[in-house]
Amino acid sequence: MDIIVAEKVHKKFKLKQGQQVNNNGVISNEIEVLSGFDLKIKKGEFLVLVGPSGSGKSVFLDLVGGLSAPTSGVVYLDDKLVEAPSDKTGYVFQQYALFPWRSALSNIEFGLESRGVAKEERVKIARELLSLFGLSDFEDRFPYQLSGGMQQRVAIARALATKPEVLLMDEPFAALDAQTREILQNELIRIWEGTDTTVIFVTHSIDEAVFLADRVAVVTARPGRIKDIIKIDLPRPRKGDIRSSNEFAANRHKVWGALKAEVNKAQQDWKLAPVFSE
Amino acid sequence: MTEEVIVASRAGLKARSIDFSSYVKQGEYLLKGLNKWSQGIPLVLVFFAIWEALPRLGFIDPLFLPTFSTTIKTLFDLIVSGKLLEHVLVSLQRASAGFGLAILVAVPLGFLMGWYNKFERYTDLLVQSLRNISTFALLPIFLLVLGLGESSKIAIIFYGASWQLLMNTISGVKSIDPIYIKAAKSMCVSDWDLFRKVILPASIPSIIIGARLGAKISLMVVIAAEMIGAKSGLGFFIQNAQFNFMVPEMYAGILTLALLGLLVNYLLVWLEKKTTGWKGEIGSSILG
Ligand SMILES: Nc1ncnc2c1ncn2[C@@H]1O[C@H](COP(=O)(O)OP(=O)(O)OP(=O)(O)O)[C@@H](O)[C@H]1O
Ligand SMILES: [Mg+2]
Repeated sequence: MDIIVAEKVHKKFKLKQGQQVNNNGVISNEIEVLSGFDLKIKKGEFLVLVGPSGSGKSVFLDLVGGLSAPTSGVVYLDDKLVEAPSDKTGYVFQQYALFPWRSALSNIEFGLESRGVAKEERVKIARELLSLFGLSDFEDRFPYQLSGGMQQRVAIARALATKPEVLLMDEPFAALDAQTREILQNELIRIWEGTDTTVIFVTHSIDEAVFLADRVAVVTARPGRIKDIIKIDLPRPRKGDIRSSNEFAANRHKVWGALKAEVNKAQQDWKLAPVFSE
Repeated sequence: MTEEVIVASRAGLKARSIDFSSYVKQGEYLLKGLNKWSQGIPLVLVFFAIWEALPRLGFIDPLFLPTFSTTIKTLFDLIVSGKLLEHVLVSLQRASAGFGLAILVAVPLGFLMGWYNKFERYTDLLVQSLRNISTFALLPIFLLVLGLGESSKIAIIFYGASWQLLMNTISGVKSIDPIYIKAAKSMCVSDWDLFRKVILPASIPSIIIGARLGAKISLMVVIAAEMIGAKSGLGFFIQNAQFNFMVPEMYAGILTLALLGLLVNYLLVWLEKKTTGWKGEIGSSILG
């Protein structure tokens, strides 16, 4: 069963007065970010989105999260049109977005408060999550007192607290060093494999995509749409050492093959520094 | 950082230990604060010494500048007789009435202007024009319109203190990182909770700075207002001492003013620390 269905999604942004953008040769005041974006995601699936910078991946997550509306086309969540943030969705942002005036514990409680969960129950859930992420000793710390890796765990815990059916993760590990990143990937996959949560995960790292995903969806250069979907046929549960296997390399190769042309195209368009590498 | 993370992931298996270190830390902070504060003392002492020396050595006629010791003695007598306290309390009452009113009006107005672009578009021009008129220039007008009673004084203090509060509330609201709003919305927060739990705490640091400036202005304005038309208050006391050539009393009054300013500032710095402890250690210096 498909929990998320995006059909013929288009998204344009009106730019500020005087700003212009080149949409395939046509100069315009509107930027076309998504064009004919179709994607179906199965319940319980771990779907990873990869694509060049500026291809509209974050914009798509916002649409699924109900934080912005498509210019045309539709996004369904559990057969219902997404029009506002749903309480079935959790969102983890690239910038962590923890509330700096709340402790780790109380950050995790935030979403539960809106749902009217009693204080005692909130604290219980938040403590469970902290311990799941190995942060039990840090519940009273404010974000500035936590390392980047710890902050990102709290952010993930906060999104998980409301037991979302759909978890949106926008490059959650991008700002972390390589070791912390692998540790968190392992933790995430361990936690996720014990649930039936659907995840949409955006990343620029092909390794990360292959390690985590059931399927990797490759987004084209802007205006973004799905170019290719690659099924990752690695067994689960996945352990860290799978990264050095031959199957892993084969999958990696497939994803890069689909992505390469788009990244090159985006680079020509945007003169961006190379983000991907093989 | 990695090490920290690894330690953290092990921490999940450890039993929770009682955090004694936090008490030790609090003590350390206190010491550090005192230490920082005490570094300012030598210069103040030098200042007092020069003050004492100038009239004593005959550089300045003691009739115009009594020695520091005379001033302190006068101040002491005034405190003991309770005379000074009366005036101080009256001034503080007026200042806090005006300041309190400013908070009640300017902060909510600032939230409206900061959050609703439309509201700001309609009000901005008027606000910008009014705020650039010196409060002291308006003093006579307030006295003329509202008379010599309490209301004119409170009104002018309110007026003077409002602008900083208003401006700082607006900029506090405007500089909220949109990612917090987005994060809160993604967790299905209601409008009221969005205000209460995100917009308000996020703008508090800026508002507190506005409040500190506003409080300073309140103190300055109350003295000026009392000098023009009042029968009580520290401003009146200083002015009156001057008219009657009670020079030591006048200096004692001025010294009180300085002490009062210092006290109010400490109070507000303390409040700032209390409410924005989540911001880390880059906050304002203790002498602000
Ligand atoms: N509010 C907005 N107004 C105007 N343009 C926008 C807005 N939000 C996004 N865009 C534009 O949409 C395009 C896609 O943005 P988006 O953030 O979705 O890219 P992305 O695929 O997530 O890129 P990255 O991998 O670098 O995060 C960009 O060109 C960006 O400039
Ligand atoms: Mg993005």
